[in-house]
Amino acid sequence: MKHTISVLVENQFGTFNRVVTMFSGKGFNVHSLSIGETETAEISRMTIVTEGEEKIIEQVVKQLNRLIDTIKVVDLTAQPRVERELALITIYYQKGNRADIVSVCEIFRGNVVDINNKTITLEITGPPDKIDAAINVLEAYGIKEMARSGTVALKRGEQTKADKKELVQKNNLQV
Amino acid sequence: MKGPFLSGAEIFFECLKREKVEVVFGYPGGAVLKLYEKLYDVDFLKHILVRHEQGATHMAEGYAKASGKTGVVLVTSGPGATNTVTGIADAYMDSVPIVVFTGQVPTHLIGNDAFQEADIVGITRPITKHNFLVRDVHELATIIKKAFFIASTGRPGPVLVDLPKDVINSLCEFDYPEKIELRGYKPTLLGHQNQIKKAADIIRNAKRLLFYVGGGVIMSGGDRELRLLAKENNIPITMTLQGLGAFPMTESQSLGMLGMHGTYWANQAVNNCDVLVSLGARFDDRVTGKVDAFAPGAYKIHVDIDPTCIDKNVIVDLPIVGDVKHVMAELAAEITSPPDLDDWWTQIEKWKEECPLTFENNDGKLRTQYVLDRLNEFTKGEAVIVTDVGQHQMWTAQFYKFNHPRSHITSGGLGTMGFSVPAAIGAAFAIKDRPVISISGDGGFQMNIQELTTAVYNKLPVKFIIINNSFLGMVRQWQELFHAEKYSFTDLGDSNPDFCKVGEAFGLKSYSTTKPEDVDPILEEAFSINDGPVLIEFKVEKEDMVFPIIPSGATLKEMMTKRLDPKEMT
Ligand SMILES: Cc1ncc(C[n+]2csc(CCOP(=O)(O)OP(=O)(O)O)c2C)c(N)n1
Repeated sequence: MKHTISVLVENQFGTFNRVVTMFSGKGFNVHSLSIGETETAEISRMTIVTEGEEKIIEQVVKQLNRLIDTIKVVDLTAQPRVERELALITIYYQKGNRADIVSVCEIFRGNVVDINNKTITLEITGPPDKIDAAINVLEAYGIKEMARSGTVALKRGEQTKADKKELVQKNNLQV
Repeated sequence: MKGPFLSGAEIFFECLKREKVEVVFGYPGGAVLKLYEKLYDVDFLKHILVRHEQGATHMAEGYAKASGKTGVVLVTSGPGATNTVTGIADAYMDSVPIVVFTGQVPTHLIGNDAFQEADIVGITRPITKHNFLVRDVHELATIIKKAFFIASTGRPGPVLVDLPKDVINSLCEFDYPEKIELRGYKPTLLGHQNQIKKAADIIRNAKRLLFYVGGGVIMSGGDRELRLLAKENNIPITMTLQGLGAFPMTESQSLGMLGMHGTYWANQAVNNCDVLVSLGARFDDRVTGKVDAFAPGAYKIHVDIDPTCIDKNVIVDLPIVGDVKHVMAELAAEITSPPDLDDWWTQIEKWKEECPLTFENNDGKLRTQYVLDRLNEFTKGEAVIVTDVGQHQMWTAQFYKFNHPRSHITSGGLGTMGFSVPAAIGAAFAIKDRPVISISGDGGFQMNIQELTTAVYNKLPVKFIIINNSFLGMVRQWQELFHAEKYSFTDLGDSNPDFCKVGEAFGLKSYSTTKPEDVDPILEEAFSINDGPVLIEFKVEKEDMVFPIIPSGATLKEMMTKRLDPKEMT
């Protein structure tokens, strides 16, 4: 089963590598991995989508926790969460089907972000399964290139704020 | 202004002073010249010039394992750094606290394939507990403080600090942090109260109880707690290779080592116990054999400070994450009435009689087991013994009766040949009141033989024993048992040097014999020399095998207790 794991790490030289090295060294699967800043400058958030039996996922979480630079590891899979991914998809169009492509894009609430006389580039955002569905439809038109950002996710609702406060207090961070 | 302006090099030594470092194992080179320049005038620590950087890391390990303190290594960039890799990996596998300082090319040249540049931080990432590249002299003191803290706390391990040349040369004001904050690193020390209570309950009601003790008990300094807990409750104890000495092996409660080359009765006990309590051990495959068949009927309690060890190889019923020393003390307090183990002990005694550890002793041939027997007698189990990897290592674990923690030092997890010679030297810098004995095979002895110089130069009274069977014995044994008797590249007979001459060339008084009757007089004489190292070569039976053996990944049923008749072999 797929798991979405959210990891707060020190925003430091080598942290990203350390996580990736751990995954490859232990033979864990990585479906997607994204990293970016958080509301606190010295902390980054990694969102890792991984796959495996419960026993493996348990080890993934423990091994992540064991790294000195990880501050907090949460498996979001069983929790209410918001998950988003962004895809850029470039498609060859013909005279007759450009409008069709644009309307598919609209159905998925995407945007046209580039166009020239051969290709059109769409931007689609949403939960990963929505992106999958869009790609599924768009494949019929001939996808030239595609880039997916990997999933980012947050726990839903009030809890996120409370967590942050707790974290800020616990670590005497200046915000 | 907080402190005086110092160079990176000066800050480095100020930090070592504050960490109470007594000895550094090192080797100079271009990238660390500034450090060595400063070192020339440093008098609060001893710098030991090794002859190969791998030797330095194993010395630091030997020192750390013998003393419980953190071992320190200082080497140059590039080849100096890469030469430390095996020792770092070894320390990682056996959880040995060492801090390795490597020189690095100046920060502006990093990534340029500069002369003697190697990405040692990248190379050692998967084999260190943590590592650092110091990019600014202002970070230097904090990073060194963190390095020592991380190496020595929780589940210990190696930490590497990479020091670019310009960082070492630049100036900044020195302020050693009293405390450091690592929000991502907070080892759990106290076990969960309810879990401990529950464990105590289960232990009290066990009928066939067994303690399975690993190196964690020794690292935590919990041998006294273990003795108390075990004695009060008359609990049988088996130890892993790294756990030997955690409980005195001369006591009847010790069943000796378990696992692949463990005693028959210890393995039977594992197989038949109803409650197995693992203390600071990690269910390594050399211990468990086939995982599903390991202690199949037992309720398993696992105490470990590293949560990743729990449920990794074997799923346990009751995990307790915490410092094993604390947990054992609490368990002792909770167990109010001892379990009734009389029948269980009767059974264990039967197993002991069924298949004792023996060896042929009356044919006039010299055997390793005999040497170890004599050595045990001669030193009364009081020596610090540092073994290499192979048959002699397993025989030492079987036949030497370790009575103290930190007395048995060996490369377990990585199984690094070439460990013993330097590690014994490192141990000899920590241990002054007991003999330090290195035992190697004729193969492994040659893997870090250059460090004999270090021992001679520093007048260390280490006894270097070579068990010369003219073979890469352990590999030969596997070839005989599992690889169709193809003795492919394991016969060293024609190529070995004259070890006595080698020893003498290095400046060691050297002895050699092929006869059992010489063993005692040689030990007598060799142990009377205390102003420098000695070398003793025992030329033993060439084709002896270590028994019992449970083949890799097999179960107790497949244990071989003696050499099979060739006719019965398939
Ligand atoms: C660095 C290294 N290379 C290879 C091995 C594989 N290996 C394990 S035991 C062994 C034989 C050791 O022979 P020797 O040192 O003579 O000791 P003996 O087994 O004869 O006691 C070998 C080659 C190893 N453990 N370490």
